[in-house]
Amino acid sequence: MTTAPSRPAVEIRDLHKSFGPLEVLKGIDFEVGQGEVVCVIGPSGSGKSTLLRCVDLLEQPTAGKIWVNGVEMTDPDVEIDEVRRGIGMVFQSFNLFPHLTVLNNLTIAQRRVLRRGRAEAERIARANLERVGLIDKADAFPAQLSGGQQQRAAIARSLSMEPKLMLFDEPTSALDPELVGDVLTVMRKLAEDGMTMMVVTHEMAFARDVADRVVFMDGGVVVEQGPPQEVLGAPRHERTRAFLSRVLDPTHVAQLGQPDQASEPPAAPSLPADDRHHL
Amino acid sequence: MKLRRRQRERLSLGLQYLVFIAIIAAVLFAADWDRLADAFFRVDIIKSMFPTIITVALRNTILYTLGAFAFGLVFGTILALMRLSRVAPYRWVATAYIELFRGLPALLVLFLVGYGIPIAFPERELPGGVFGSIAIGLGLTAAAYMAETIRAGIQAVPKGQMEAARTLGMSHFTAMRTIVIPQAFRIVIPPLTNELILLTKDSSLAYVLGVTAQTIEITKFGRDMLNDRVNATPLLVAGLAYLVITLPLSQVVRRLELRYAKAR
Repeated sequence: MTTAPSRPAVEIRDLHKSFGPLEVLKGIDFEVGQGEVVCVIGPSGSGKSTLLRCVDLLEQPTAGKIWVNGVEMTDPDVEIDEVRRGIGMVFQSFNLFPHLTVLNNLTIAQRRVLRRGRAEAERIARANLERVGLIDKADAFPAQLSGGQQQRAAIARSLSMEPKLMLFDEPTSALDPELVGDVLTVMRKLAEDGMTMMVVTHEMAFARDVADRVVFMDGGVVVEQGPPQEVLGAPRHERTRAFLSRVLDPTHVAQLGQPDQASEPPAAPSLPADDRHHL
Repeated sequence: MKLRRRQRERLSLGLQYLVFIAIIAAVLFAADWDRLADAFFRVDIIKSMFPTIITVALRNTILYTLGAFAFGLVFGTILALMRLSRVAPYRWVATAYIELFRGLPALLVLFLVGYGIPIAFPERELPGGVFGSIAIGLGLTAAAYMAETIRAGIQAVPKGQMEAARTLGMSHFTAMRTIVIPQAFRIVIPPLTNELILLTKDSSLAYVLGVTAQTIEITKFGRDMLNDRVNATPLLVAGLAYLVITLPLSQVVRRLELRYAKAR
């Protein structure tokens, strides 16, 4: 399994995904460069989580191709378990293993998948718990942690596999508001350390401050993308503006009762010209 | 006079206690205790049952139960995984087996195993003699019940657990073995305890295989003594002997569940 460092971390070409008759992704072309932090935003049902799950092949694409670090995920013969070792995935619902202590949550895949010895696995696990500020919770069970602590432990679990790419699927959506900050701080530190990250999120402040690029999705297509100050600060598309006004000013009721988005995506889901900065 | 709320509650509670005590007292006074004691509680007969009821009968009951449970657990887990398999014939076979063996009386299965297999394979013997026949005969039925319990347990483990394990690079098999099945078994401890207690009592069916003085279990022992002494005391003792097994078992399981509670 060779990885070509010159190739983008994630390349997606004309990706389609249908669940039965429902087409969720309608032709996505998309890249994440090495070391880049990309935030994917958009209304619920826009397909952004499905897109992220396709990257790790948790959903099988209906059509199109995906490469991760130069390996084609959509190749039917791909050694999926090998490729996934290089990809960390953080879920909205944490998905820690409740029957294992926090430390064992971090060591089990290192030992079973990477065949590391107990001592080495625990050393790496403790280093990562230190990194997310949970070293004192090593012997606790997940149920004894707050949601924010669980999510940080889940991030540390992924990091223990030393991935080249981290995927985050709405990592703070299941958290009480006062716990969101700790998780975002960990993610920000991770970004500053140079990790390649693809983050599906509703945290606009995080996207604005941390992302290199923001991608706005709606109706199964990428509507617009670019630097955060452009997409969030001066959106070019009406649908982006409508979405942002709903998210940033949720109590503003003037538009209630009006159709607040176009029923069909614009004729061509072409990318705006302003994505040049990452090419 | 109108009673206040606390007075009404106290009166109601007092009445409920009174009814309870009255019923107990009526039973106590109405029953003919002397005749009852003579039929069910002859101390000399009780004494004559010891120590054999412990050293042989109780011991064999426990052995048969554990044997059948172990066989049923292993085979039941295999059946559960077959029912969840992607290979359709595995699913068909497991479903057919479960439907068939859940529908047959355990007595019949035990009889078929005990007498059918020696006829079918005259040169071979089931491993473990009577013990083996009982463990397999009862285990075959128990496996059918346990398979459905275990399958439900596996399906009760959230889908995200498998996904998280797979995204860490685990194979389906490793994820199943280290993540899903350990959690499934914690979920099914209470129904599996039920199965174990049912098996304890089903082990009394061993008599159809013709047990000897060495392989006798509690119920057969009690019935033999009943015929021998023409008195029902042995049945009472046999009943108590089962409680000696099942009551501590419930306690152990309760402890086990408490221990796992924080790891759920």
